[in-house]
Amino acid sequence: MSQEQKGWKEIPIAGVCWRPATEYATGDWKTFKPIRDPEKCTKCLLCPMICPDAAIKWNKAEEDIEFDYDFCKGCGICANECPTHAIKMVREGES
Amino acid sequence: MATSPWKFTAKEIAEKPELFTSGHRACAGCGPAIALRQIMKATRGPTIVTNATGCMEVVSTIYPYTAWAVPWLHTAFENAAANASGIEAALKAMKRKGSLQENVDVIALAGDGGTFDIGIQALSGAAERGHDFLYVLYDNEAYMNTGIQRSGGTPYGASTTTSPAGKVIPGKPQFKKPIADIMVAHDIPYVATASIAYWQDLLMKTRKGLEVEGPAFLHVLTPCPRGWRYDTSKTIEIARLAVETCVFPLWEAVNGEYSLSPQSKIMALKPDRKKPVVEYLKAQHRFAHLFKPDFEYMVSDIQRMVDKNWDRLLKKCNMKVVEKAKE
Amino acid sequence: MAPIQQKVLALNGDEAVALAVKQSDVDVVAAYPITPQTIIVEKFSEYVADGEVDTEFVCTESEHSALTACLAASATGVRTFTASASAGLALMHEMLYVTSGCRAPVVMAIANRALSAPINIHCDHSDSMVERDCGWVQIYVENSQEAYDSIIQAFRIAEHPELLLPVLVGFDGFLLSHTLENVNVLLDETVRKFVGKRQFPLVMGHNGKKVPFKLDPSNPLTMGPLDLYDYYFEHKRQQEEAMRKAPQIITQVHNEYAKISGRKYGNGLIETYCLEDAEVVAVCVGSTAGTVKSVVDQLRAKGVKAGLLRMRTFRPLPVTDIVKALENVKAIAVMDRSNSFGGYGGPVFHEIRHILYDAQSHPCIVNYVYGLGGRDMPPDIIRNIYRDLQEIVKTQQVKDYVQFAGVRE
Repeated sequence: MSQEQKGWKEIPIAGVCWRPATEYATGDWKTFKPIRDPEKCTKCLLCPMICPDAAIKWNKAEEDIEFDYDFCKGCGICANECPTHAIKMVREGES
Repeated sequence: MATSPWKFTAKEIAEKPELFTSGHRACAGCGPAIALRQIMKATRGPTIVTNATGCMEVVSTIYPYTAWAVPWLHTAFENAAANASGIEAALKAMKRKGSLQENVDVIALAGDGGTFDIGIQALSGAAERGHDFLYVLYDNEAYMNTGIQRSGGTPYGASTTTSPAGKVIPGKPQFKKPIADIMVAHDIPYVATASIAYWQDLLMKTRKGLEVEGPAFLHVLTPCPRGWRYDTSKTIEIARLAVETCVFPLWEAVNGEYSLSPQSKIMALKPDRKKPVVEYLKAQHRFAHLFKPDFEYMVSDIQRMVDKNWDRLLKKCNMKVVEKAKE
Repeated sequence: MAPIQQKVLALNGDEAVALAVKQSDVDVVAAYPITPQTIIVEKFSEYVADGEVDTEFVCTESEHSALTACLAASATGVRTFTASASAGLALMHEMLYVTSGCRAPVVMAIANRALSAPINIHCDHSDSMVERDCGWVQIYVENSQEAYDSIIQAFRIAEHPELLLPVLVGFDGFLLSHTLENVNVLLDETVRKFVGKRQFPLVMGHNGKKVPFKLDPSNPLTMGPLDLYDYYFEHKRQQEEAMRKAPQIITQVHNEYAKISGRKYGNGLIETYCLEDAEVVAVCVGSTAGTVKSVVDQLRAKGVKAGLLRMRTFRPLPVTDIVKALENVKAIAVMDRSNSFGGYGGPVFHEIRHILYDAQSHPCIVNYVYGLGGRDMPPDIIRNIYRDLQEIVKTQQVKDYVQFAGVRE
């Protein structure tokens, strides 16, 4: 844990949580990274519904699928389920 | 209960804010995490969630972080339903005294650990008392959080750390407790089974459970890559196979009247679509020992069991048992 | 000062407790029946069935679920109450820790009863003494009047914004719960005004702002997370800090209540009886103190400098008050209505001894375990205890530090 650890006088009582999990990036867990081919993607919106980490979002403004690599753990479910095989799992560091 | 069925598009759902957010520390490919995300997308307004001790509770609230954007309470392992009873009673009291005007939904979340076994007393009590809440069982078929020990929800023959596949005893000798049928027998207004492989069906059923007045019970099968031992990318595939082999049929019981959901109904109308259970077993290493010569008989045992349960379900749904075409 | 308006009713301890709960504007009562607390839940059920209270009454399927439901309801933001005894309290054990850890101001009445095995339905303190480490305030009463008064005070103590700890009120099973007493009962409005409405302090949530401490969809909070070894210790230190503030809060509420009722119990923490110049003193918890008082009167009439210290508040330990009260006493008999097997005496004995360890004078402290499983404690045996103390003072010798008074050899 990188943040400074607080003393008992500084933290809220009863163990109430004071940081949202969105401040804890789980993206560095992954070994493989999903890369989407926009040509093959039909924007069926299945992948946002089955990502365990909400790391695939529908960008309303751009009208497009967006991957949030800060939180993607590289499980590969999206690549396995995509009906048009538009997603490939690529090893981190490779293109 | 004259509510029109909830209509939604994938876009509408995708645009709804995440109430179970990123940043939780579930394993990559976690089935329960998918279920929780889908369930929270089906909420209809102010909601309070209470969780039993287990994988989802632990990964989502590692102090000081929380992945919950709704009020959330965890107290102990066996009492998710008792928590929900207390919250619901408090909301009722507040409404009666005029300090609360709006409707607040209460969802109790628990794994098979906190439901089939240690949690069944509280669940049964809450159901009998008729509290207005939705109980969601995310079933990964073992006490996963403490190291994959067997539960009442572990299927016959599965290898777990307290029912290991050994030389003499090949995995769990007992059958899976029919928890959803037990809940139907409690005479509660709504019971259903759902799968993360069919998200629209799961969302519909969650919404129905919330809308119903009184106790509602939703049993979701949620594969676990770590405990069932398969590649993390296959979670949805295995959840689908469970339905396609009729190991985990999808159905609803509205006021005790059973009916099959479309994905399972098709299996009843076209029996050729029903896949042999061996395809489901082959895909998970927790059943690998069943393919050794000594224990091969168990695969046929399991197929017989699945067929028997399927026939029994069809009868409850008033559907004729159609003879499968002879090979 | 406004005249105190009360009426006298013939009530047993259970009924007195139920009435106190009825008058205290409680929102949720979740309970499971167990002898000798059953009349509390039965009486309350009558109030509910007759529409005399605005309370959600949940008949849970076990005591564990009863305390759970109270905790969850309390976390949602309402006033809650439950009651139990003996095996029921033991079944709730895990949840007592969770309730204090979640800082939920639940009030619980315990009709003190022995623990099994063999099963016994009568009075002793083993059920609640064993819960002394769990972080609840513990108040033990001498009679049903005090039970009624203490339940009402308990809501104010628990909900005090600087405390926010659950409160257990112990009253002797059968001896108080089932015996009729004249109880002075306040008017409904007086009690309602005294307990007031529950207030919610602000806590820092995960959205970067301080919000009221309750489960509220408009200001969500996460309660009951997983603590690793990096923060659990700090959370427990916070609970300890709250307990350290408790004596002041208990006294303050006790004194405020005295104004509307005319009744005081010592200073709220301990009650002293003929202690000013006492040489031989008994320390007692619960209803036996009443019998001891009458024995003290008799002995005083004979010129014996006898006295009694009744511990009303057991948690937090009223250390300074007890040291001050007992410092110059020559011999002390601590009476325990429970035993710590293999622990060289009962829990009250342990506590009194360690409190007085650093006292300037070094009074001799002995232990009498008595009354287990409802065994009667007659004045004769109490007189013998005082005789033993006088013997100790004379000879400066102790035969047995720990004795079982009233058991057949």
